[in-house]
Amino acid sequence: MRVAIIAGGRTPERDVSLRSGQRVSHALVEGGHDAWVVDPGEVSLVEALQERAPDACYLTLHGKEGEDGTVQRLLDLLGIPYTGTAPFDCEVAFDKVLAKDALVRAGVRTPEWLVVEGWALRDLGAGAALSQVTDRVGLPCVVKPSRSGSALGVSFVERASDLAAAVMAALSFAGAAIVEAKVEGSEVAVGIVGTPPDAEALPLVEIVAKSGVFDYAARYTAGATEYFAPARVASEIAAACTEQALRATSGLHLRDVARVDAIVDTDGQPWVLEVNVSPGMTDTSLLPMAAHAAGWTLTELCERVLRSSASHAAAP
Amino acid sequence: MAEFSIDRFVELYADRAAGMSASEVRALFAVASRPEIVSFAGGMPYVQALPTGDVLAVVADALDVHGSTILQYAGGQGHLSLRERLIPLMTDEGVDADPEDMVITTGAQQALDLIGKIFIDPGDLIAVEAPAYVGALTAFGAYQPRYLQIDLDEDGMIVDQLEEALVRGERPKFVYTVPNFGNPAGVTLSLPRRHQLVALCREAGIPIIEDNPYGLLRFEGDALPCLRSMDPENVIYLGTVSKTFSPGVRVGWALAEQSVVQRLVLAKEAADLCGSSFTMLVTERYFAGDRWRENLSAFVDLYRSRRDAMLEALPEHFPADTTWTRPAGGFYVWATLPGWVDTQAMLAAAVERRVAYVPGTAFYPDDRGRNQMRLAFCYPTEDRIREGIARLGSLLDDEEQLYRSLHP
Repeated sequence: MRVAIIAGGRTPERDVSLRSGQRVSHALVEGGHDAWVVDPGEVSLVEALQERAPDACYLTLHGKEGEDGTVQRLLDLLGIPYTGTAPFDCEVAFDKVLAKDALVRAGVRTPEWLVVEGWALRDLGAGAALSQVTDRVGLPCVVKPSRSGSALGVSFVERASDLAAAVMAALSFAGAAIVEAKVEGSEVAVGIVGTPPDAEALPLVEIVAKSGVFDYAARYTAGATEYFAPARVASEIAAACTEQALRATSGLHLRDVARVDAIVDTDGQPWVLEVNVSPGMTDTSLLPMAAHAAGWTLTELCERVLRSSASHAAAP
Repeated sequence: MAEFSIDRFVELYADRAAGMSASEVRALFAVASRPEIVSFAGGMPYVQALPTGDVLAVVADALDVHGSTILQYAGGQGHLSLRERLIPLMTDEGVDADPEDMVITTGAQQALDLIGKIFIDPGDLIAVEAPAYVGALTAFGAYQPRYLQIDLDEDGMIVDQLEEALVRGERPKFVYTVPNFGNPAGVTLSLPRRHQLVALCREAGIPIIEDNPYGLLRFEGDALPCLRSMDPENVIYLGTVSKTFSPGVRVGWALAEQSVVQRLVLAKEAADLCGSSFTMLVTERYFAGDRWRENLSAFVDLYRSRRDAMLEALPEHFPADTTWTRPAGGFYVWATLPGWVDTQAMLAAAVERRVAYVPGTAFYPDDRGRNQMRLAFCYPTEDRIREGIARLGSLLDDEEQLYRSLHP
């Protein structure tokens, strides 16, 4: 196949995305495909795609534009098949304000949360209600930008007095902040390949950040985090995680490839934190580890994703 | 059950590597270098102003004059012809140098690393300015020192603080300072304080590392004597051609007493055998004529106009209770914002609005500097500087509104 890997872009996750893209490119070339990376941060995406006319695009863009449906809509317009979720569903999955509700509607267990909107603070006096946020969600809590990846802009709040600063930091990345109850337990990631009802969950990857917090530095500094694949959890707990992850995948209409991040609490209950429509493919990323644990090569993983995308390519 | 190790050597790395990690700020800078963004982040000299013809001429000249030598290894100390050629760059600031007391390094940055290597054992105390040049903190940081931080004001390092620390019994291995138009604060050590610092360190037997990349980029006033000129025996002087010629040639030097030079040369040879003959001898040719003085004077005019543009734009756009330094040379303005501002948290929003800076926290070994930022005026044009400061000002207005709404 002739595959253009779209990676890079103009978001803070640009470097991570380029590393993902290069790895996918090498894996596909190893599998005998004609694969190349197109960086919309460097070249005009439309011109580059018209020039070399790929059979399909493999998307490894991270963050805004790559995960929020923008690029997907453009590819629909150009009539080029691509890997991953459809535009509207990308928009829902990428925006945590929407995704949290969608998860609950799909019957997925997700930690208690509240939304703090930037405009509501500025124009509606929402700041006066801020103290209720920690009362309702509890402490410690996690504050996240509604739209951002790689844990950028995420803060862990132990004391109510630190909430305002954490909200401001999150609002630097997005228009709204999610304040979510912090569930204590083991962090796990579930890789999903394929499209429901044929989606397959890969073995769980357990994440143990040496600093105790799986933040940006822990994610992208080699050695800062230990990973166990498969995760060191009992099989029925792993099954419960997988069930929740697949439920999230079909509930949010994700296609081809996804990663569902969850925490298994001290009672063995899984809680889904978020879903990712463009999971990282770098050498410190979780999905390739999960594939490795499943006995797949990176080439096999990428080819399965491409095959899955072919099934919906005909009817965009 | 398999432990999946991303890095199979993770248990083998030295402790000193622990401080080298990925960061959000670095991720944002990857975006900040894009052309649509007005970047006050990098201290990049505006090398576009250097006539291409001049550069081509010196490269051709280097081949003519030095022949195949430029393709060969050099000695660890660097070519004598280059060391001789660099002397006038120091005499202009009162430093009397002997080429035998110089070692050419890969930028002054390598000299910082070599100084760390020959002076610092893990846990040793070293004195640095607060805020300090981030590249020095990372170079020294690899040797695991403890820091004695000496605050700065408009007259540079507050030497009284160092004196108090010495009275308390603190004994730093050395004092590191950028006395002229320092990075990041842009301030210059006053003459009385120069005398005070030199006398204090001489008496205590503590060497001074004088890092002087910006001294020749003076916009107004008379040059102050370098610390090295006031006490050659006790001051290790670091120079560079990065700001007078090109950072791309990676040519810097250390000037020190013979005992130190010999150790630096051995450390340099252990690190990389020698610098690049090619760029050393091209640099030698660049400084051979008088043309470099004309180019330097053009650089100074350019940077002065840019500094003026920034200093004019700041009061128009920044919050009333912000203070900033007024550098008489160099590349940087250092702004201290109201206490509620978190410049690191705000950086993503700034990049979103197409403007970038370096958050103040980068310049302290602890977590100070949250409401400070370094604004480099060297690279963007005057119009872009005005535009960038306006963008930052409007962001700060919005941030203030947000802050007030979160603290009703």
